[in-house]
Formats: sequence, structure tokens, C-alpha cells
Amino acid sequence: MNIVDMLLTHAPALTIAIPLLGAFLTPLISRVSEKGRNIFAIIIVGITALFVFLMASEILANGPMTYVFGSTAATVQQSTVIRILFEVDALSIFMAIIGIILSFVAVVYSYAFMEKNTGLDKYYTLLLLMTTGMLGMMLTGDMFNFFVFLEITSIASAALVAFWTNKAKAVEAGFKYIVISTIGALFVLFAIALLYGQYDALNMAKIAQSLGISGFTFIDKIALVLFIAALAMKGGLAPMHMWLPDAYGQAPASISLLLIGATQASLYGLFRIVFTVYGEVISLPAISIGWILVLLGLITMLIGVIMAIIQTDFKRLIGYGAVAELGYMALAVGTGLTIVANADPNITLQTAPFAMKAITGGLFHVINDALDIGLLFLVAGAVYYATKETSLNKLGGLARNMKYTTIFFIIGLLAVSGLPPFNGFASKLLIYESTYQLNPILSIVAILSSILLLAIFVKVLHSVFLGPALPKYETVREVPKSMLLAMAVIAGIIIVFGLFPQVIVTNLVEPAANALVNNSGYLQWLTGGF
Amino acid sequence: MIANIPYLTVAGLIIIGLYTLLFKKNLIKMVIGITILQSGVNLFLITLGYRMGSVAPIFTGNADNPVMSYPVPQALTLTSIVIGVAVLALMLSLVIHIYRHHGSLHVSKLGGDDQ
Repeated sequence: MNIVDMLLTHAPALTIAIPLLGAFLTPLISRVSEKGRNIFAIIIVGITALFVFLMASEILANGPMTYVFGSTAATVQQSTVIRILFEVDALSIFMAIIGIILSFVAVVYSYAFMEKNTGLDKYYTLLLLMTTGMLGMMLTGDMFNFFVFLEITSIASAALVAFWTNKAKAVEAGFKYIVISTIGALFVLFAIALLYGQYDALNMAKIAQSLGISGFTFIDKIALVLFIAALAMKGGLAPMHMWLPDAYGQAPASISLLLIGATQASLYGLFRIVFTVYGEVISLPAISIGWILVLLGLITMLIGVIMAIIQTDFKRLIGYGAVAELGYMALAVGTGLTIVANADPNITLQTAPFAMKAITGGLFHVINDALDIGLLFLVAGAVYYATKETSLNKLGGLARNMKYTTIFFIIGLLAVSGLPPFNGFASKLLIYESTYQLNPILSIVAILSSILLLAIFVKVLHSVFLGPALPKYETVREVPKSMLLAMAVIAGIIIVFGLFPQVIVTNLVEPAANALVNNSGYLQWLTGGF
Repeated sequence: MIANIPYLTVAGLIIIGLYTLLFKKNLIKMVIGITILQSGVNLFLITLGYRMGSVAPIFTGNADNPVMSYPVPQALTLTSIVIGVAVLALMLSLVIHIYRHHGSLHVSKLGGDDQ
């Protein structure tokens, strides 16, 4: 067996193990050299990214990968072996790619952005732990393991939100975030216990199979409600979004970027539970679950944009923009579910064309939202770095001194409001088209939210970058090159995705959408000797 | 009836925890509420693994009482408790910082225009 094959076999485990090891080596390296530590963190995330892309090429060519921690035999003396399985399919790897891109950009950006701070060994340790937790949530095939990674992500990100402890608001946002996260995670654990008590299994595929055999009992319904409520809260859907603008707004900009990944990992968990774990019985509650997701999506979009209009803080405004964007994903995936449930019983999720289109659009929007909102957060961070100011009322005329940052902001604002030729347009068009088939009002609200987003961010562009030069910002200089590089990476991906959306959709998003709606691939290994 | 007492306790603990979180204005009390909620969930996990008249799942070679309770929920609970300690420590350290900034633990005293 050559070295590439061997690395590939162990890639799911190494993707988690490398950042985890890196997290705890960081304080040691910090003792030797501060600069070495920053570069070490970049290298660690870079190596992890290599493994993620290696896995991606393998999975898209040959189907899901499974990695077993513990016994390789499923049963010993007729009793089921307790072990943890990582099951990585096209959807998991799609999310992992988003996560690792965000993480990589965040460490590169931190290099200069956090330079003048103290306590950076802890910062990098927590950042790498957050990456570990996020990737773990996306790759694991075990319910309890999912809970553990959820908690790792929550603890690390709450500590990072409150990283600037000299700011009272940051500490309050961190406290709010950890309280919300813990309550959410505890209800997830309670729901896992309900399923475990019934089916004596923690493996997602095993539970899905048992659910298919037993039907849809009352306790399953309670567990499903708990999962949806808790993960939607962690995923920042309105009316449970209250923590999100605080946490995004008060965290350092690089952490806001990574928080998007953590939020989307929770949304991934929601979709995974609804489609895969409950996949065998989803046709029964599909109407109500679909409509619930659609309604949550609509409320989230409207509340997000309406609240964003009245904000006067740069980062908090983008936080509300992020809330609005999350609504699109819930709307699209909910539409997919609802279309199927309304239709003829012979039509399944795979054969209903608009259902597939809605889910493809929703998943494509996951990556586009991460990039667009992420870029805006990085620009806000760059403005803060240069001026030490986030209030929109006090900023102005920065385009004179920060021309590259201004260009990146314009790219981000056009992409986030869904204008061609940027990536937001591609996914939003798919969402408008497919939601129109369910109910025209849905697509009207979606388009209205996009227009409002455009209006809001044009206002921000005007009040921060345009207008007369203010005397106190005369000495402002462009931000360091590593921050520009981080923004340029995201802007580049945005433009490439916007110009060639079909390539991304066919090669990356559609396999993920298929993996989501068709859980037989995920359940396959149960009969495949594992 | 006697077998249901653990489940009733679980429900009671979770309701008390949620009540504390929703209606208490003191941050430390909110943290206590989360801990109570956590105890409820942990107790639920432990209860799931118990079988009537069973012993602890330690293999001693003594075949007198072969009925053992399930070990998996106990392992899960142990993990959950460890996570709980980490969360508790982090929350209390954040409360300390909040107290340093505001000199109060009452939620209405916390600053900020909350829109």
C-alpha cells in the first residue's frame, strides 16, 4: 500500500486529529517563538485542508467513506459492538470544505489582525479547537459523538467571542452564546437519549434503519421536535436568533468568520437529522416539517433585514445580514420537503424536479453565504483594524485611503444581495425559481429581502467608504498584506463561483444534494460488512 | 409506579432548570439553572441503562448475579459530566468578568442598547 492510499484510508481520523494535536502544541511553540506559532497554526490548518480535499476527490469519485474507531467486526458473540464510526458522504465533505476554507482564511487573517493582542497562544489553541469541533460535527456518523463535537465547538467559540474581555459587551455576548449553546446541546443530548433508549444504538445509520422498521412512534416525534428546536436555535433561525448578532458583532472579525462555519455545522446537523436519520419515515411528517422550515426561513429573512436597517454598528449590522441569509437556506430546504409532501405519493424526493432544485439551491447558498458574509466581516474587521471604530455614524470617507478594502466590500455587497455575476446570484436564482413553484409569495419575500439587503449595504458603503474625508481618518493606511490576502482569497472564490456556477453545482453541490435526499447511500454500509 | 420515579425526577429537574433560566434575573442563578437542567438529562441517561435488580457492569467472575446494568449510558453520562464541568467553569469565568465591568449580576444592570 503506497503512502497516498494509506493517508487516504485514515483521512477522516486525521482531519480531526491534526488540528486537535495542533491546538495543544500551540502553547508549547508559543514559548519558543510568537511568529513561529502563527505560522504553525497556518500550516496545521493547511495540512488539514489538504486532507479534506484529498477525501473530497475520493468521495466524489467512489462514494462515501467509512472510518471505524474500535472493533472492525460489527458484532461479537451476537451482541452489537460499541464503537464510533465516521461516515463521510458527499454532503459531509461539502460542509467540511466550507469549514476548512473559512478556518484557513481565519488563521491567515489573524496573523496581522490579532498581532497587537496578548494571550494569543490561547487564541490560536481555541481557534484550532473550534476547527476540530466544526469538522467533527460534519464528519461523524455517531449521535453522541455529534453532541461532543457540538459542545467542543460551543465552548471554544464562546471563549473566543469573549476574547476581548476588556469590552463589557463582548463578555456579555460570550455569556449569552454559551448559555444558548448549552441549552441547545442539552436538548440534543436528551433527544439522543430518547432514540438510544428505544433502539439501543447511537449510530445514525443504525437508528435510521431501526426507525424505518418501527415506524414513527410518539417518542420519535418528541425527539424530532427537540432536535429541530435545539439545532435551529444553534443555527440562528428566528425567532431564536437573538444570540447571533451579539456574538458575531462582538467577536474579533476572524472569529466572526469562523462562527459562520460553526452555525452552519448546526444547520448541517438539522438537515442530517431530518433527511438521513428520519429519512425512512420522513414522508409521514414531511408536510408539517417542510412548512415549519419554510415559515422559520421567511421569519428569519424578514427579521434579519428589518433589524439590519436600524443598526448603527458595522459588525452588528452584518450579523443581522447573516441572520437573513440563514433564512434562505431553511426556506429552500423546507420548500424541497414540502413540494414532495404535496405531490403525488409516487413522486419521491429524487423524482420531483423542483424539490431537487430547491435543495440544490439551498445547499449552494450555504457555501455562498459563508463566503459573502465572511468577506463582509473581514472588511469590517479591516476597518476596525485601521480606525478602531465600528460605529457607522462616526466612520466616513475611508475609500480614499483604503482602496483595496473598498473594492472587497463592493464585491461582498453585490454578492450578498444576489446580483450577477457573483455567486449569490447563482444560488438565489435557484431558490427563487423553486420556491415560486410552491407558492409565489415565498419567492416574492425572498426577492424583497435581497433588495433590502442591497439597500442596507449600499447605505453602509456610503457611510463608511464614501463621503467627505474626515480629518481624524487622514492618517489611516491600508491594512497589512496578510489581511488583504485573506480577503482576496474569498473574493477570488466568490468571482469564480459567480462566473462558473454550473461547474460547482454539478461537481460539488448536486452530489451533496443527492446524498442529502437519498439516504440509502448512507445506510449502505450497514449491509456492506461494517 | 416505583419504576417511574426516576423519570418523574428527570421531568422535575428539567422543568426546575428551565424555570430558573427563564425567570431568575441573577446570572449565577441562571448558571445554577443550567446545571440543574444538565443533572436532569444525565439522570435520564443513567436511568435508561438500569435493569431491575442489576449490579454494576464490572466483570468479577462471580456468576451469582449475572444481570448487569448497561455500561454504555454510564460512559455517555461520564462524558456529559466532564463537558458540563468545562461549560460551568467557562460560564462562571464569564460571570466574573461581567461583574468586574458592571459591579452587578442582575441582568437589567447589564449595559448596551439591545436592539
